[in-house]
Amino acid sequence: MPEKYHIKTQPIPPRRPRVGKYGVVDWREDCARCHNCVKKACVYDRYREENDYISNLTEVDALYFDCRGCFSCVQDCTKGLLCLSVNPVYEGMGNSYWTPDIIKTTWLQAETAKIPVSGAGYGGPFAGTGFDAMWTDMSEIVRPTRDGIHGREYISTSVDIGRKPSFLVFEEGKPTGVFPPLLSLPMPLIIDMSPAQYSLPDLGPVIRQAAARTDLIAIVDPSDWPFQDADQEQYLPHMAFYLDSGTPEPPKEVLRKTRLVEIADDGKVLERIKKLKSMHPEIVVAVRIELNSQGPGRAIELAGLEEIEVIHIVADLNGNEIGAKNPRFIKDMIREIHTALIEEGARDDITLIAGGGIALPEHMAKVIICGADLVTIDLPLMIALECQLCDKCEPGMPCPAKLEDINHDYGAGRMTNLIAAWHDQLIELMGAMGIREARRLRGDVGRAMFFEDLEEETFGRLFGTRKKD
Amino acid sequence: MVQERKIEEILPANTLKTCVPQAEVAREVKPAPSRFRNEIGKYVVHRSSECIRCGKCAEVCPYGVHVFKPGYKYFASPKDHLCIGTACEKTDHYCVALCPKGALKVAENPMTEGLGDCRWTADMIMATWKMAQTGDVPAEEYGLQYQCGDSGGGFDRLRFKFPDKPPVELDEGQIDTSIELNKRNDGRPKIKIDVPWYGGGMSFGSVSNVTQLSKASAAVAWNTFTCTGEGGYMERMRPYDDHVITQVATGLFGVREETIQRVPIVEFKYAQGAKPGLGGHLLGDKNTVSVARMREAVLGISLFSPFPFHSVYSIEDHMKHIDWIKHVNKRALISTKVSTPTDVDMVAVGSYAAGTHIVHIDGGYGGTGAAPNIAKKNIAMPIEYAIDKVHGFLEAEGVRDNITLIASGGTRYRQGHRPRRRRRCCRHG
Repeated sequence: MPEKYHIKTQPIPPRRPRVGKYGVVDWREDCARCHNCVKKACVYDRYREENDYISNLTEVDALYFDCRGCFSCVQDCTKGLLCLSVNPVYEGMGNSYWTPDIIKTTWLQAETAKIPVSGAGYGGPFAGTGFDAMWTDMSEIVRPTRDGIHGREYISTSVDIGRKPSFLVFEEGKPTGVFPPLLSLPMPLIIDMSPAQYSLPDLGPVIRQAAARTDLIAIVDPSDWPFQDADQEQYLPHMAFYLDSGTPEPPKEVLRKTRLVEIADDGKVLERIKKLKSMHPEIVVAVRIELNSQGPGRAIELAGLEEIEVIHIVADLNGNEIGAKNPRFIKDMIREIHTALIEEGARDDITLIAGGGIALPEHMAKVIICGADLVTIDLPLMIALECQLCDKCEPGMPCPAKLEDINHDYGAGRMTNLIAAWHDQLIELMGAMGIREARRLRGDVGRAMFFEDLEEETFGRLFGTRKKD
Repeated sequence: MVQERKIEEILPANTLKTCVPQAEVAREVKPAPSRFRNEIGKYVVHRSSECIRCGKCAEVCPYGVHVFKPGYKYFASPKDHLCIGTACEKTDHYCVALCPKGALKVAENPMTEGLGDCRWTADMIMATWKMAQTGDVPAEEYGLQYQCGDSGGGFDRLRFKFPDKPPVELDEGQIDTSIELNKRNDGRPKIKIDVPWYGGGMSFGSVSNVTQLSKASAAVAWNTFTCTGEGGYMERMRPYDDHVITQVATGLFGVREETIQRVPIVEFKYAQGAKPGLGGHLLGDKNTVSVARMREAVLGISLFSPFPFHSVYSIEDHMKHIDWIKHVNKRALISTKVSTPTDVDMVAVGSYAAGTHIVHIDGGYGGTGAAPNIAKKNIAMPIEYAIDKVHGFLEAEGVRDNITLIASGGTRYRQGHRPRRRRRCCRHG
C-alpha cells in the first residue's frame, strides 16, 4: 500500500476582524446589572470573547459578529435588552453564486483545516441550480464497505494526468512500444492562475509554496520566472507554465524540471506541442480551452487527435458558459464532452481537467462524477486569504481586505489548510459512496442523483412535468 | 425460512412484558408555557417614555400583551409574542391607535430574520412553540405561515386539494389514525400505535435525560414509541419500557442483553439520513460523566459509531443480526433504519427478506447532533423521492402489505406528515 497522502496543517488565524452572520445588539443603558446575567451563561462563551476582542480592537468600525444565533441570551435576559440581528456586512459579501455562506465556510476551513461540522439537519433549499441539482450516492448495508474515514482502510484520491494507451503489447513477457508521459497527483486538484484582479506581488511565492506543501501543481504565468524564491528545485516540479499564444517558452533547463505545461488553444496547438516535447519529452502538455459556445465542440475535436494528452476546459468564475446569453453550466458541459468522448471511444485516452465555478469541495466531487478527471480552482484560494469578493479591485486603490499585506506563511498556510479540508471532505463523500479510488469516481453518474431525473421519476407521472420557476 | 412458534408457546406469560410497573400518562392537553422569560414573537411592541400609564392599552387588548401589575409603578415588558401585529389595525382594539399619547409602536420583529432557515422557517418554529404550549394550532390572526417550509421543493411544494365539501360526513371518532406495526404474521405481537408516527432516535448524550424522559412520557400518552438512539437508556426510563425502541448501531453504545430484552421494538441503525455512510459522532464535549458511564466509554473523548456494520456485508449477514435479536427477545419486532441511496428500494426489499418488520428510511434532512455539512447537503436522495421509490418497489414485489414503511427526515408539520396515498407511517425526526 502506498504511503497515505497527508497534508500537514496548522491553525492560521485571520488577519481581519471576523465577519459572522449573527450579532447581538445590547441596549446597555437599561441593564439592571443583575447577578444572573445571561452573558455569563452563553454556551459558546461569545460575550467573554467579545470583551477580549473589544479590548484589543485595532479598527474602530470592526464590530464583533461571531454569535451562533441560538437566541438563548435573547430569550432569558431579565430585562429583555438583547436583540439578535443578522449582520448586513455578512449579507453583503460575495454575490449570488459565491454566497456569504460559501465565503464564511471557506474562511473557516482556511483557518482550521477542518471539515465544517454542525448540528441539526440541512437548512438550505431543497435543490438549486448547477451543482445543487445533484446528490451523491452512498453505499448501504448490502455492499462491501470501503470506509476509510476512520483510518481502517485507505481511500486513494490520486489521479493520473496524461495520455494513456488503450492497450499494452507484450513481447517475451515485457510490454513494448512507446509510453506517453504520465504524471500522478495525490488529489484531483490543480491550482489555476488567479483572476487578473489579484495581481499581487506576493501571491506567486505563496501559491508556489502552497502547491509544494500539498504536493500538487499550480499553473503559473511564465512572467513569474525567474522565481525569487531560494529553492527553485523544490518548486519547479509543482509548477505548470501557461503559455498563451505568442508567449515564449521558458528556458529548456527550467522546463525540464517541470512535469506539466499548459498552452492556449490558438490554432497552432500541434506545432507547439511538438516544440515543447522536443525540449522536454517527458512533459505532459495540456491545452486550455475556454468554454464558450464553441468550447465543448472544440474540446471533443481536439480530444480525437493523437497528439493531445490533456484538455483543460475553463468556464467563467461562476461556472457558466462564457459569453452566452443563456449560459449552460459547467456540469452540463462536462457531461456533454465526457459522453461524446465515450461515444467516440476516446475518453480513456485523454485527461480532462475542468475549472470555473468550483467553490466548494462537493463541487470537486460532482465535477469528477460528471466526467472530469480532476479540477482546477482559483477563487477559493483568494477567499482563503480573506477576500470578501467585494468587486472593488482597482489598480492603485487599497484593497478592503488588505490582500497586499499578506505574508508568506499566512498565505501559504491558509491555502494549504483549505486544500487539506477539501481533501478530507472528498474522502468523506467517497467513503459514503463506497468508492476507494478517485479514478473510479470519474463519470460514475450512476452513483449520483440528479434533481431533474428524480423529480420526473417521482412526481412527473403523478403531476406532469415540473414547471420552470 | 423456519416458521417461528408463537411467543406464548415459547415463554411463560409473565416474561412477555417488562417486570417494572409501567407509567401511565393521560392524553390530555395542559398549558405548557415557555420556560423563557422573553418569548420571541412575530411582532415587537415598543412603549416609549411618553407613556402616562393610563392603562388604556391593557384595557383594550384582548390578547394580554400589555401587563400592568397592581402595585407597580411601570408597565411590565409587553408580551410581544401575544401581539397579532398589523392585523389588529382594522379592529377597534388597536392599542397603537387608541393610546392617547401615541406612545406605542408595533412592528415586525427583525429578529425573526435570524431565526430558523428555509426548511424550518421562523413562522414554522414560532407556530410549533405555540402548538407545544397550547395543544392547538395558533390562531389565524397571528398570521404565522407555518403550513409548509420555504425550501422550494419536496413537501414544501405539495399541497392538499380538499373538495369544497367532504364526500362523506365523518365524526372525529370515526377517523382511525392507528397503525399496526407487525404485518408479517410471524407470531410476534401485533403492536398497534394510535398515531402514524413515533419518536426518532435521539441518544442520551446528544440530548439530556430530561428530553429523553419527556419524549417517553409523550410516547406513552399517545400510545406510540420513542427510540433511545445509540446511547442506551437510564434506569429512570424503565417505567416507559413498553413504549421504548432500543437502537442497535455499530458502536453498540448502551446495547446490552437487558436493554434489548426490555423493549417491544429493536431498531438496527445502519445509516442516518443526515450523515449517510458516515456513522455516528458524539462530540467530546457532550461525553459527560453520566454519558460516558452509560456508554462505557472514556470521559470527554469523541465517540464514533463508525459506518457500517462490519459484520454485515450481505442480506444474509443482516438476517443473522436479526435472528440474534429475535432470539434474545422473543417478543421484539425488528426495525431496520437505513438511508436513501439510489438503490434504497433494493435495500428495503432485502431487509424484508431478512425478516425485519419495519423498514425505516431516513432522508437527508433529518436531524443530527453533529455531522459534516458536506454530508448533510449532498449525500443521498431527499426522502420525498425515496418514499415513492421504496413503496413502488415493495408493491411490485408483492410484499408491501407485509411490511411497515416508516419515513423520516424533513417532516415538520402535519400536512407533511399526513399520509399521502401510499404512505403508511412517519416519524418525527
